[in-house]
Amino acid sequence: MKTYKSVKLLSQANLPADLENLPAFLNPIKRCAREQGFTPEKIARIELAAEEILVNIFHYAYSDNSGYAQVTCGLDQEDRLTLAFEDGGIPFDPLSRKDPDITADIQDRPIGGLGVLLFKELMDDVHYRREGDKNILTISISS
Amino acid sequence: MELNVRNETKATVVEVKGKVDTLTAPEFGKYLKEQIDKNENTLIVNMTELYYMTSAGLREILGAGKMLRKKHMDILLAAPQGNIMEVFKISGFSSLFKIFDTEESALENV
Repeated sequence: MKTYKSVKLLSQANLPADLENLPAFLNPIKRCAREQGFTPEKIARIELAAEEILVNIFHYAYSDNSGYAQVTCGLDQEDRLTLAFEDGGIPFDPLSRKDPDITADIQDRPIGGLGVLLFKELMDDVHYRREGDKNILTISISS
Repeated sequence: MELNVRNETKATVVEVKGKVDTLTAPEFGKYLKEQIDKNENTLIVNMTELYYMTSAGLREILGAGKMLRKKHMDILLAAPQGNIMEVFKISGFSSLFKIFDTEESALENV
């Protein structure tokens, strides 16, 4: 398969950014990780991170719910599984958000922001870039 | 996701099995709320057979905890497996909630 920016592409899914497509996005990701020999524990981590990122795109990227999301699965030069999530929505860098206060008492504990915290911590590497009119979030994890 | 409830003498025990993800979390939250409305005692969530939970599930547990706190009651989390425990640690839930290895030890601490 072709190599793009030092990442060997293994699979790609491009579908409307809609919650009903969540399984259709996640299944190829899980298959991709499985084919690369990742353990069920690692695959569950990857699935969780991918779900958090996709749901953010579904909820926030498009004001009229009419856009797409694209996920590519590949291997980087260090043989880490690398997933790139792309959307054409409003510029949004989830990594620039302040982490929620995870020490507050239950009454003051914020109900949001945990998804971003989860995928940041579960992955070895996360990276955001704005490219033209696209948001591209890349996550990597070693086997 | 599969949900069921048992009423023990000192606590209401909700068993949640399978996956609490973006699609199933609302049902999980509604179920917890129903038990909180119905029963005036401690809520134990038994997670022995829960193998996947996203932030949507965390929000429902936090919401239930907030509801119970207003009624001066407690929520105890029992038997979370390795990957669920990891999610609890990252999100700070492991210091916010009382977590027990088994349902029995949770019941002893009501």
